[in-house]
Amino acid sequence: MSTATSTIQELANREYQHGFVTDIETDSLPPGLDEDVIRTISAKKNEPPFLLEWRLRAYRHWRTMPEPRWANVHYPPIDYQNIVYYSAPKPRKKLSSLDEVDPELRATFEKLGISLQEQMRLTGVAVDAVFDSVSVATTFKNKLAEMGIIFCSFSEAVREHPELVRKYLGSVVPYTDNFFAALNSAVFSDGSFCYIPKNTRCPMELSTYFRINAANTGQFERTLIIAEEGAYVSYLEGCTAPIRDTNQLHAAVVELVAVGRNSHIKYSTVQNWYPGDKEGRGGIYNFVTKRGKCLGENSRISWTQVETGSAITWKYPSCILQGDNSVGEFYSVALTNHYQQADTGTKMIHIGKNTRSTIVSKGISAGRGQNTYRGLVKIMKGADHARNYSQCDSLLLGDKCGAHTFPYIEVRNPTARVEHEASTSRIGEDQIFYCKQRGLSTEDAVNLIVNGFCKEVFRELPMEFAVEAQKLLGVSLEGSVG
Amino acid sequence: MLTIFNLHARVGDNEILKGVNLKVRAGEVHAIMGPNGSGKSTLAGVLAGRDVFEVTEGDVLFDGKNLLEMDPEERAREGVFLAFQYPVEIPGVSNTYFLKAAVNAIRKHRGLEELDAMDFMNLMKEKLKILHIDEDLLKRPVNEGFSGGEKKRNEIFQMAVLEPRLCILDETDSGLDIDALRTVADGVNALRSPDRAFLVITHYQRLLNYIVPDKVHVLFDGRIVKSGGKELALELESKGYGWIEEELAHAARA
Repeated sequence: MSTATSTIQELANREYQHGFVTDIETDSLPPGLDEDVIRTISAKKNEPPFLLEWRLRAYRHWRTMPEPRWANVHYPPIDYQNIVYYSAPKPRKKLSSLDEVDPELRATFEKLGISLQEQMRLTGVAVDAVFDSVSVATTFKNKLAEMGIIFCSFSEAVREHPELVRKYLGSVVPYTDNFFAALNSAVFSDGSFCYIPKNTRCPMELSTYFRINAANTGQFERTLIIAEEGAYVSYLEGCTAPIRDTNQLHAAVVELVAVGRNSHIKYSTVQNWYPGDKEGRGGIYNFVTKRGKCLGENSRISWTQVETGSAITWKYPSCILQGDNSVGEFYSVALTNHYQQADTGTKMIHIGKNTRSTIVSKGISAGRGQNTYRGLVKIMKGADHARNYSQCDSLLLGDKCGAHTFPYIEVRNPTARVEHEASTSRIGEDQIFYCKQRGLSTEDAVNLIVNGFCKEVFRELPMEFAVEAQKLLGVSLEGSVG
Repeated sequence: MLTIFNLHARVGDNEILKGVNLKVRAGEVHAIMGPNGSGKSTLAGVLAGRDVFEVTEGDVLFDGKNLLEMDPEERAREGVFLAFQYPVEIPGVSNTYFLKAAVNAIRKHRGLEELDAMDFMNLMKEKLKILHIDEDLLKRPVNEGFSGGEKKRNEIFQMAVLEPRLCILDETDSGLDIDALRTVADGVNALRSPDRAFLVITHYQRLLNYIVPDKVHVLFDGRIVKSGGKELALELESKGYGWIEEELAHAARA
């Protein structure tokens, strides 16, 4: 075995850094799902009747659906009756400032390195922290409110802005869309809501840190972002979760609606959920439906994701390009190490004229990781002069991992132009030796090479996030060439 | 500075170096010449610590330290630089980023403070000037899409920035046209100094017209069989390597 390889394998034994459990009294329902559970969730959250109805319709529809099996991922059957569908930390009292936040909770955030105060003070990021299904801290809200921007937890939006929720909830991802979206629609607990009014540019990056804490708690987040004419918002989602033995299901739904002309929504994710241990035990199942709709002319939706966590990732952030001249973008880095599996990609549905989409996907497989890109580019009949450019690159570290690419292209308009480029490469001993000969350690060499590979995606991330993403990639890659 | 004693090395079962002896002092330029397959690049690889080569016997001392015990990165940090025969491409990583990581790894090893962005840029610009290289190079990804000449020039640039004590040039002249060869040679000459030594490995004499060596050695079948001054290179150029073989055979018979 070469020195480079053995050094890297020694580094492999580093444990997941964010593995700890916060001991907070939890208010949970017993495991299991039926209509009563849904009624209880809805009642606990004081929801209006229309929402309960919607949840129940979703549930009834879900019961008629078979669980999909087409993804290139493998996992034992999930017992949906053995999942806790509602879990909320009991707030000691209603919070008016950060100082009143549960000290245990604050300590958890400190361990993750996301001190809310620091975040606010140094970066100007307003953080809406979702902690096991209930939003605990929402900040900077007043400042945003002055501009007419609404940024709050989903529950709060249901209470304060039911008309907006009613109008847009399910308008991009209907509950009939797929098995996991239906389940989410029935039981979703909380999430984030964001509304940017006409001609308003959101002055700061909006950010939510999700964290799954209580054991066996399925997480069903719901996020809805709406941008009116000429509005712009950049939204960041970042995640970590503590070590667990049993697999945890996470089935979120994110809906983006670029309603007006020239609206632009930029959605960036850094996902670092517990990937399971080195033998592939435990870890999060991340089965997420993310979709955006460009309704307005010249509107634009950009997805950027860095996926390094979860035992299984199964997601396709997509764009429906309905408005003429609208633009959809997807920039992705997906990394699988040890026994992680990822089946991810995007769908670009071109409906309007002169719609354009760009797909840049970078898959990194290490250890025994399996990485699949699956993407659909669909040009509808009326999408005159639509254009798509797709680039899918795979990087392999070691010889026990796999990379797979499934590009689907459907073109129904002869004026469309669709380009697809793909490449697969292996990190070479030669590259590593070259770096070492210049004084870099093996670990630094691998990080450097992988970061170079991901550069086109990282430069789409907001600055602070890009730095975080690079570090995360470094941590996730430890022990990866073998 | 560098003492190689009875060095044996192999790849798999194939013994390539069969007892190399060589002494290089600070400030000297030594040329290693020899026909294809004589072990020239193996020698360079062994000195840099490439792990496909297994050292079976012998010692290498660099500034009194046992070089063979060090990892490749440690050798680099101690001041051993290899200009590659085939420089490797690292897509997406700019030369600036790459060299900054390298410079700071080396500085850290030597107990120096890391250079900040400003100081580092100044260092880069100074070196570009010495070598007459366009600033464009800094932004380009390491060797990606470079022509053969550009790659070799980039090696010399890296050498200038990292300021090694021992520079090993592994067939840096291969694949270069005469102009590129001259540029590279000028770069090397600009870096010659009393406390730096060069080991110039080459198949042809023409590089030595521009980089004038203090000593020339002929490596043949894994051993240095002949050493001399720069005129030895000229002799090899006019007579080829065949006469050395004959001479050796003759010596064996006698």
